[in-house]
Amino acid sequence: MRVAIPINQRDIKSEVYPSFGRAPYYLMYETNDRTSIFLDNTAALSAGGAGIKAAQLLLDNDVKVIIAPRYGENAAKVLADANVVVYKNIVGSAEDNIKAYENKELNVLADIHSGHHSNGK
Amino acid sequence: MASKKIAILSGKGGTGKTLISVNLAAAEGNSYYVDCDVEEPNGHLFFKPQIIKKKNIFVKIPNINNTLCNGCRDCVNFCKFNALAYGKQVIVFEEVCHSCGGCMLVCPTQAITEKDKLIGVIEEGISGKVNTITGIMNTGEVSGVPIIKELLSIIKNAIGLIFIDCPPGSACVVMESVKDADYCILVTEPSVFGAHNLDMVYQLVSLFGKKCGVVLNKCEAGYNPSEDFCTKNNIEILAKIPFDKNLCSLNSNGKVAVRENYVNKDLFYSLLNKVKENIK
Amino acid sequence: MKQLLIISGKGGTGKTTVAGAFIKLLQARAYADCDVDAPNLHLIVNHSGKAEKKEYHGLPKAHIAANLCIKCGLCEQNCRFDAIHHGQSFYIDDYACEGCGVCQYVCPASAISLREKTAGELMLYKNNSVFSTAQLKMGNGTSGMLVSEVKKQMKDAAAKDVTIAIIDGSPGIGCPVIASLSGVDLALIVTEPSISGISDLIRMIKTARQLGTAIAVCINKYDTNLKNTNTIEKYCSDNKIAFVGKIPYDKNAITAINDGKSIVDVDCPAANAIKKVFNNTLIIKEL
Repeated sequence: MRVAIPINQRDIKSEVYPSFGRAPYYLMYETNDRTSIFLDNTAALSAGGAGIKAAQLLLDNDVKVIIAPRYGENAAKVLADANVVVYKNIVGSAEDNIKAYENKELNVLADIHSGHHSNGK
Repeated sequence: MASKKIAILSGKGGTGKTLISVNLAAAEGNSYYVDCDVEEPNGHLFFKPQIIKKKNIFVKIPNINNTLCNGCRDCVNFCKFNALAYGKQVIVFEEVCHSCGGCMLVCPTQAITEKDKLIGVIEEGISGKVNTITGIMNTGEVSGVPIIKELLSIIKNAIGLIFIDCPPGSACVVMESVKDADYCILVTEPSVFGAHNLDMVYQLVSLFGKKCGVVLNKCEAGYNPSEDFCTKNNIEILAKIPFDKNLCSLNSNGKVAVRENYVNKDLFYSLLNKVKENIK
Repeated sequence: MKQLLIISGKGGTGKTTVAGAFIKLLQARAYADCDVDAPNLHLIVNHSGKAEKKEYHGLPKAHIAANLCIKCGLCEQNCRFDAIHHGQSFYIDDYACEGCGVCQYVCPASAISLREKTAGELMLYKNNSVFSTAQLKMGNGTSGMLVSEVKKQMKDAAAKDVTIAIIDGSPGIGCPVIASLSGVDLALIVTEPSISGISDLIRMIKTARQLGTAIAVCINKYDTNLKNTNTIEKYCSDNKIAFVGKIPYDKNAITAINDGKSIVDVDCPAANAIKKVFNNTLIIKEL
């Protein structure tokens, strides 16, 4: 099963990125064989609707679980429709968060903010 | 007088656009006052017009027929604004949608039609001899451009002098408001902020080849950077309105100065005459 | 890092004057000017050294290749933004074009492409403090995206130990204001005691509440209309909105600004009042 985490650099030891929609990369961790790949976040450069596009990108890459600090109401709508579960990250690296997830130490992320509404033009 | 559209703009907010537009329209009498500052319309607070007609303004939003949808996602892939997504079905994000109609065009199964979303209202009214046309955008909406377009369409064939109260700044909402103007009045104040923003808005009207003049408002003794800007760039100064506590008080109480016992009413009548000379 | 946004609804109430004062009083090490349409903060805050500049592109705009165009007019018919016209040839009005791509889709001759266009410029000053600002090129879409870029630029460059950042906002309640409001910890609304000011204040409060942003209100030039000042104070108290103080009209404000100074650099009634507003704002729990 695939778990995604927004990160700063293409490295499992990278810090978790503070934003969901505009993170430069996502760590894609496969729980079955414990492998990782890195995905460029093409949504980061969007004028508007970055959260929507980022959520779509992860759905299209078969992500079932996301670990993030926060996400907006638009991204939430997309993810909820596809039954993706989002957990709140702990302070630390992506690697630390994978460990915490596997040890069932993470909480579901309840804090959905109203979005940044860049609405590009 | 044949139909002439006069846009009043400023760059910086709070310099006196509404003060000038409202008083010029009232001084002229049989005229039009059009409020294009649809985010924060204020003219109607002064005119307190009797409303004759209200028109709701809508934009088009996609409406998905899920039984016809085959999940191809051409619409999601087409949308440049990321207003569509696909979880188990197509999801529409109304506030991000720009109403371009593209998704409807690309859908291979005709599963997308359009529905109306209310974004604001236009109120037409009368105050004395002034015809007032006010655009009011609903809070939470992102752009008032469709309302401004409709406002300008309403006055397209109006007869007489039409005073267009514009939004502050120099972005697309201002451009939209100024498009059909025959003459532009730039209102400014004697601060570096005022002068700096006057420069921007002067560039905008020049870009559109519009004739313009400046009103220096809230003038006090001492250096006036905005006046300096006008002199350096050979821009006609139409009027210098001194900072006046009485005018300030009338204004803050929503009173139209030329309709009250205001001592310096002449200022507005002289300004009106100057403007008329410029638009002959 | 907490973010304090200064906004107004109505223009000309004194946002930038108050923002400049707060930056001085706080000795802020991170501040931004989100009034990208008409930025003024740089005229009164210290920003020594050269700015790092970055072009801002917004959405790509349509472009018609004249040599491929067969003049069928399908693009003009389908454009919802009145952005395509024709004389001898078909052409795009860059200011009206929203970059939707419909014209590109309907063109039977593949004559239309979408190209990046410069819509503005971002500037970042970095030494002891970080100052982020931008200038939107005139006529461009009032841009929430550029506002978001200004805030992001400030956040990314600010030192890790900065506690509070000050953001100068823009007038109105549309897209750029909505973009300024999201994610800030507190929005201080600077209003004035006029009928227009009150009307705009109420619309501003409604907008901020729709986004769930914590708000506080202060009145500038309060002595120009005491009756309206009372109305505003009562409105705040009736609606449980934090009221953090009132500032008198003071000619020293304009003199200070014209000298490129902050009002709190001058010993005057407005400066004293702003200091009180500042102290009252800082104790609000969201900060």
